[in-house]
Amino acid sequence: MELIKIHVTVNGSEEILDVSPNLSLLNMLRENLALTGTKSGCEAGECGACTVLLEREPVNSCMVLAVECNGLSVETIEGLSEKEAMKKLQNAFMDLSAIQCGFCTPGMLISAFALLKRNPNPNDEEIRMALLGNLCRCTGYERIINAVKKAAKK
Amino acid sequence: MKIKEKIPDLIGSNVHRVDVQEKATGAAVFTDDVQFGRNLLFARIKRSPHPHAIIKSIDTSKAEKFPGVKAVATGVDFPKRIGLYLKDKYIFARERVRFVGEPVAGVAAISEEVAESALDLIKVEYEILPAIFHPDDAIKPDAILIHPDLGKYEVANFIFPKSGTNISNHFKVRKGNPDLVWDACTAVVSRKYYIPHIQHVPIETHVAVAKVDQTGKVTLWSSSQSPFAQRDLIAKSLGMSPSNIRVIANYVGGGFGCKAGVTMETLPIALALKVRGRPVKLRLTREEEFYTNFVRQALVIELKMGCDKDGNILALENTMYWDGGASTEYGVNIARAGGYSCTGPYDIPHVKADSYCVYTNNTIGGPYRGFGMSELHTGIEQCVDELAEEIGMDKVAFRMLNAVQKGDILATGMKMHPTGIKECIEKAAHAVDWGKPSEPCPPNKRRGKGIAIMWKAPAMPPNPGSSATIKLNEDGTILLGVGGQELGQGAFTVAVQIAAAALGVPFESVRVVGPVDTDYSPYEWQTVASRLTWSMGNAVMAAAIDTRKQIFEIVSEAWGEDTKDLEIIDGIVISKTSEREIPLKDFAVYGIPNKDFEGWIGGPIYGRGKFMPNYVTGLDKDSGQGERAVVHYTTGAQAFEIEVDLDSGKIEIIQAVSAFDVGRAINPDLVRAQMEGGIVQGISSTIFEQMIFKDGQMQNPSFVDYRIATTMDLPKRIESIIVEVPQDDGPYGARGIGEHPMVPTIAAIANAIYDAVGIRMEGPPFTSEKIFTHLKMKGTQGFQTNKR
Repeated sequence: MELIKIHVTVNGSEEILDVSPNLSLLNMLRENLALTGTKSGCEAGECGACTVLLEREPVNSCMVLAVECNGLSVETIEGLSEKEAMKKLQNAFMDLSAIQCGFCTPGMLISAFALLKRNPNPNDEEIRMALLGNLCRCTGYERIINAVKKAAKK
Repeated sequence: MKIKEKIPDLIGSNVHRVDVQEKATGAAVFTDDVQFGRNLLFARIKRSPHPHAIIKSIDTSKAEKFPGVKAVATGVDFPKRIGLYLKDKYIFARERVRFVGEPVAGVAAISEEVAESALDLIKVEYEILPAIFHPDDAIKPDAILIHPDLGKYEVANFIFPKSGTNISNHFKVRKGNPDLVWDACTAVVSRKYYIPHIQHVPIETHVAVAKVDQTGKVTLWSSSQSPFAQRDLIAKSLGMSPSNIRVIANYVGGGFGCKAGVTMETLPIALALKVRGRPVKLRLTREEEFYTNFVRQALVIELKMGCDKDGNILALENTMYWDGGASTEYGVNIARAGGYSCTGPYDIPHVKADSYCVYTNNTIGGPYRGFGMSELHTGIEQCVDELAEEIGMDKVAFRMLNAVQKGDILATGMKMHPTGIKECIEKAAHAVDWGKPSEPCPPNKRRGKGIAIMWKAPAMPPNPGSSATIKLNEDGTILLGVGGQELGQGAFTVAVQIAAAALGVPFESVRVVGPVDTDYSPYEWQTVASRLTWSMGNAVMAAAIDTRKQIFEIVSEAWGEDTKDLEIIDGIVISKTSEREIPLKDFAVYGIPNKDFEGWIGGPIYGRGKFMPNYVTGLDKDSGQGERAVVHYTTGAQAFEIEVDLDSGKIEIIQAVSAFDVGRAINPDLVRAQMEGGIVQGISSTIFEQMIFKDGQMQNPSFVDYRIATTMDLPKRIESIIVEVPQDDGPYGARGIGEHPMVPTIAAIANAIYDAVGIRMEGPPFTSEKIFTHLKMKGTQGFQTNKR
């Protein structure tokens, strides 16, 4: 398959990549850029483990083609971890033991980060709705919801 | 290890998990994150489309010539069977396939796409055989044999296959004689339940990467609960020494049992053996994760239970048929666990139990959080509810009367150790205002309360070992080596707490060495059975004691003092007599100089410890009797309040309360986190989850069709209560809690549904549709009561 040249801003730095037209954003991040904080859980847009920000909006990166990101900006857990709002969330997750195996955590944090950007004081129902697409098998979610509330309050 | 007289402050402290910073920043390395460079090959697997068939021929010639393909493997090259308790599985199918999804051939290629394309070029000719999908059919005398050679398979000495049948284990318990007391019973309940297959659904699917170097040494990176067991089992199957196999196991993205033992890890090894020097990666798709590896076995359970007019349970007959699927190498021991724990947490004088592990052409059953106990208690705890109702006794009082207590002789002849089960029952019941009516709800809804109690012992061979190492660094910090795995349960954090507390150093100064690596980490049997806090914890404690001994010998020699007078507080060695002190960092590696530097005392300090239970006895083949069947039982209770919508059948969980006796909570917050996660996984298995099969093919292998609990499915209130009756041989009195919180959940919710609307169902999941249908049936036909 012929490779296509794309320009993508990833975590603030511009990357020029030659990608095949069927490469997903998820695999572009994990394989071409070795940004392995973004996790692959189903590659069908059903589990949310691969959530990243595309133009500041949360997306399942497995459902986006790399070529669609030409000229756009992508933020992953590696880049977002530098931001104060994300640090608040991470600290709340750590304080409340809202992390067990940790595989869903990056995607969960990014969905929560996007929620707090558009709604700094969400109620329980709004948090649940925002995280509905992020599956977690370990925690039972309650601590995650409480951690988002705690981060919002700070 | 005896419990120390004084419990250090760090024990029982809610310190932060040691792994969360890495996990919150995306820095934590899981197996799929390990970088292998451009040499990496990708594997895909050709799988059986048939539930049962003879393989007449396999032609791989076209696939081998396909551009980009580097290796093709089939069962021809791998004649030895593999398995944990019963060697009944091949790496690739040989001669016949026994379930849909069974590996038949593998391809390693330069990309997943190329490998996938090459699979289509492999031609396999099958001769279809009749297939069996239900244990009831498998045990018929004229049933086709799924493993005709069962009698020739290598098997552990406590597993009893029946040659010439589809029964791969039959575990019996005979205590007293139930037939003598049925007439003395005021109430007798006979019930049959079916608990369907579910899957573990870790968010990380299985991943394994194998590399074989030019000397033949195998390195396996795998998402694994069992790196050491994998090394041993794979070595035996390949006819190699374990010393020539190295398993490296990074953080595991959820296990729940499915990453125990050996499943898909042999496949990339088989391919890597053909392309020496090149790593080969196999990552299961979500669909493959659902039905090609371990699933939770389905269970058919037939129960007969009776009690006298005062509520004393007099007798139990319990017959269990575990749907082990096409291979029962691990499942045979689930049948055994179901057998020796067949009474649930009750003192019952007359018991007859038969637990059968049965081959079918369904997908392979394996360990799943609870190891059979959730399925077993789903039956027992509903019957107990019915008995109490029949004699007009409160269901909590009934359980308080019959719950197992210290000194009781269990169904296997083992004497029960101290347990806090009654405290768990009382506290769970109290937390849902047991006995008081629920708050009023809308006219189209009904509220109900239910309780269920449980016990579970670690299910394992009698002698699973643990070990640990402690290495002091130049600055007095400590590297703790363990072979147990961090699956999310918090094992590393608890190990650090125990090490720091037992040594007398700050929590922050201890770090767990990772990833677990069979070449460098101390041995650990497997991270299963909720055994790490207890078993690995004991090994860590022993290593700390050994390290202290080495430290004290150095300091006592340098100071000319008795080792008995020395203590370590906060990383500083102090003398209780001379009040001298020296921080560990001043001598941890380089030692202590003599006066005027005339020679040195000490040297690098490296402590080690081990633990292996040495008191578990065998059980008689015909009666299940023996002095000590298991190491111990963790007990507990769950109580629910639920609301049923009569118009839709939908259940809402109003309150979900857990109370478990953990012996000693090393980290109470982590204990509660296990209870919360477990109860929600239990609720998910109660309301939503079932693998739906049609002719052996799973119909719902995706998150859309196989629904698990999301943020929208939480109870309105969750409470988790810790009870602490110390374990005599646990570190600081601790015993395990990982699996238990989902064991009583199905039964407790079933009992609450009955309380609300008066229906009982054959088995979970209690979907809206199922409840609605049962409500309709009850309305038109009248509900059948449980009279003898």
